[in-house]
Amino acid sequence: MSRVTLRVNGEERSLELDPRTTLLDALREQLQLTGSKKGCDHGQCGACTVMVEGRRIYSCLTLAVMHDGEAVTTIEGLGRPDALHPMQAAFVKHDGYQCGYCTPGQICASVATLQEIEAGIPSHVTADLTAAPQLTAEEIRERMSGNICRCGAYSNIVEAITEVAGRPA
Amino acid sequence: MTAHPAPPQAAARGMGAALRQDSALKHATGEARFLDDLPEPPGLLHAALALSPVAHGRLAPLDPAPALALPGIVAVLRPGDIPGRNDIASAGSNEPLLAEGMVEHAGQPLAIVVGMTRDAALAGAAALRPEIAPLPAILSLEEAIAREAWVMPPQEIRRGDAAAALAAAPHRLAGEFRAGGQEHFYLEGQIALALPGEDGEMTIHSSTQHPTEVQHIAARVLGCPFSRVTAVTRRMGGGFGGKESNASWVAAAAALAARHTGRPVKLRLSRKADMAATGKRHPFLYRWQAGFDGTGRILALDATLAADAGHSLDLTAGVVFRAITHALGCCDVPDVALRALACRTNTVSHTAFRGFGGPQGALLIEDVVHRVAGALGQPPEAVRARNFAGGENGAETPYGQALEGALIRRVWAEAQRDADWSARRREIAAFNAAHPTLRRGLGSMVLAFGISFGQMHMNQAGALVHVYTDGSIRLNHGGTEMGQGLFIKVAQVVASVFGVDVDRIALSATSTAEVPNTSPTAASTGSDLNGWAAHAAASAIRGRMAAVAAAEWGVPAEEIAFAEGQVTAGGNRAMEFGELARLAYMQRVSLSATGFYRTPDIHWDRAAMRGEPFFYFSYGAAAVEVAVDLLTGEHRCLAAHLVQDCGRSLNPAVDLGQVEGAFVQGLGWLTCEELWWDAEGRLRTLGPSTYKIPGSRDVPPVLRVRLLEGAPARSETIFRSKAVGEPPLLLATAVWNALKDAIGTDRLDAPATPERVLMAIRGG
Ligand code: FES
Ligand code: FES
Repeated sequence: MSRVTLRVNGEERSLELDPRTTLLDALREQLQLTGSKKGCDHGQCGACTVMVEGRRIYSCLTLAVMHDGEAVTTIEGLGRPDALHPMQAAFVKHDGYQCGYCTPGQICASVATLQEIEAGIPSHVTADLTAAPQLTAEEIRERMSGNICRCGAYSNIVEAITEVAGRPA
Repeated sequence: MTAHPAPPQAAARGMGAALRQDSALKHATGEARFLDDLPEPPGLLHAALALSPVAHGRLAPLDPAPALALPGIVAVLRPGDIPGRNDIASAGSNEPLLAEGMVEHAGQPLAIVVGMTRDAALAGAAALRPEIAPLPAILSLEEAIAREAWVMPPQEIRRGDAAAALAAAPHRLAGEFRAGGQEHFYLEGQIALALPGEDGEMTIHSSTQHPTEVQHIAARVLGCPFSRVTAVTRRMGGGFGGKESNASWVAAAAALAARHTGRPVKLRLSRKADMAATGKRHPFLYRWQAGFDGTGRILALDATLAADAGHSLDLTAGVVFRAITHALGCCDVPDVALRALACRTNTVSHTAFRGFGGPQGALLIEDVVHRVAGALGQPPEAVRARNFAGGENGAETPYGQALEGALIRRVWAEAQRDADWSARRREIAAFNAAHPTLRRGLGSMVLAFGISFGQMHMNQAGALVHVYTDGSIRLNHGGTEMGQGLFIKVAQVVASVFGVDVDRIALSATSTAEVPNTSPTAASTGSDLNGWAAHAAASAIRGRMAAVAAAEWGVPAEEIAFAEGQVTAGGNRAMEFGELARLAYMQRVSLSATGFYRTPDIHWDRAAMRGEPFFYFSYGAAAVEVAVDLLTGEHRCLAAHLVQDCGRSLNPAVDLGQVEGAFVQGLGWLTCEELWWDAEGRLRTLGPSTYKIPGSRDVPPVLRVRLLEGAPARSETIFRSKAVGEPPLLLATAVWNALKDAIGTDRLDAPATPERVLMAIRGG
């Protein structure tokens, strides 16, 4: 058993866990934060995407003990039904889901995607590596390609992200 | 970071409103609870399955010792531990839950290991060492056909004399091609939670499209009456047909473990186990001969559609029925013989998948059209239009049901117009002339998809509506929610009957204890059937309430109106809906009703293979553009214009999403999703790292979806709407056609992966 302290959605949470416990299992099973989903448990679908220290990560592919002292933001930390994060509101407005299973991961990845573009981090489709990446649909699609939506709600997801990107901060 | 209030529901009532799904806010905030998110009951145990590594062989009785030696193992359940019958067949019989004596496919469950934790159970399952003496396995369609290995007798639909018409036709062609299967990859894998109760009761929470079948199969395995088992489903993280029959055996396994241990048991398949042990879309092999004239009119078609059923019947009868009833698509061919072979192989038993054989059927005529067009030097869309059902050609399908020729022509005309088809043709010709290594292509598709279950008795539904004395309403029906927006659609129906906002309707989990003897939510019939059943229940209560109001006011009941949360008569009488509910209660009038619906007018004669099995048809058309790299075979869909007939849409927001999602799923089936079994019959594509599902970059950058306007259903469907779940999947056939157009090939097997496209380019 190992001890680890995570700052989850702004709150210090101390956990005692098997060092092999993934961050996803720690969130879901120990902290009852079941918004992050398990689609594959192998880093291949994106359903478990959360943000650690502001960067997105597949929480099924990392161990909780590797993040001692770090800040973790999950879908529950972004907003609630009566106080939605702008990205959550945009997903609702644009129907960016059907079954909803991929949605928490999509939203976390979307928020992080916009931050990455803002921070000037280039992607595979960024033509000019020295200039600031543009907020094109192509950039968004490329950066969101690690999150599978089996219901095929991709176009609506891109619309939701585009709307949030275009909105003055 | 500013907090955003939830956007208001667009006028939260009425039919045809683009209301967001009932769970929208919960999905966006992670509050929606899927089965694995439910708080775990005290004493919960976890189950895992031991699966066969061998496709066919004799199985020695399994030694449980290696698992029992590990820490945290509670039980190892083998066939002898089943108190009822070791049979999970949804149709036919003798499909064991746990293999007994004989193994029929790789991935077949052999034992259930129950542990204190999921990890313990998985470790226990992995520790078992099944002894299987391999036997020769049938692993290909060709082999099954050669050996005449069927799961059911061949089916045939005939009209006229195909052989004579072929002989007499001015031109003849023959073809052969194949289409692969498809893994559902519902993002939420198969899962069930079984809770044992008093007196042999068992409550099973299941991620299923068919709670009633979960109830039946679990009861069969447990050896108890159906009334002892309750199956409950709040929502699924995707189903697509994969949770129609396959969810039942997962639930039965959990129930067996719960019965055996007397404790709650959860069984959640790992993605790998899920992909190994559950059925897929049926792969098909096609062989055909067609006769046609110089104008492109197809005069005769003789075709065999061989479906890989896997090792057991499962739902294959329905799949091949739909394949041969849809094999002419939107076209008319006067003389036909269409044979369906349901081949038995040593593979997992293939099952329902969105479209249910319809998409596979439609590929046949599209292949024929493509080849005839090539032979005559005409564009395929011209040959297809030359053969459209109705108009100058016959409107009746070979099995005797008429298609609506005017709608077929209309959807195609609109898709062509939306895509600016002729201009695109010219631009593409210019592009191709200028680029030596890139090729663009155009492809089209026009679909006609019959709506109703092929099994006539399944076309029924029930609903239960309660009105409470504060005017709130609770709705339950037999349909299940898997993201297709069924719950909101049915709630809209009930809201419109009572003239109240949809927010007033409380939706509840589908449960066999509330509405019994239900059909699966499948065949796109969910809102047709359950919408009418809920309408009947709500109307019964409304009638009683209207009588109360009429007596109160001394006016005829016909004058009572329900609108905007009010009940009114004439211009001067009004009361709140809730007030009337209280009044009815005080007068001892029941505010609860069940509703029932059966689809009228459908029939099928199995012996003659004729009838009118569908309540109506949905139509749609697509025009798409692709680009292919001739050096690598890689390709992309650049643009898609889709027109889908949904009748008078119950909810355009939901329907547009369904069309788009279905198209993307069809695109995956036809272009990138390749199931790969090795020479021993083991599926080796067991996760999304090896099985490629369309991602955000695979969707065409230009994707325009339109619902056909001003075309209410002619049949008496609920508010003249039409089903939308499955038909638009067929629109993706346009992508397959466009790829063939781009590279100018005769034959292109599906999925048209870059590898296959490259082989086709090289003529291999
Ligand atoms: S569950 Fe983590 S990527 Fe699929
Ligand atoms: S909404 Fe179902 S997987 Fe994305």
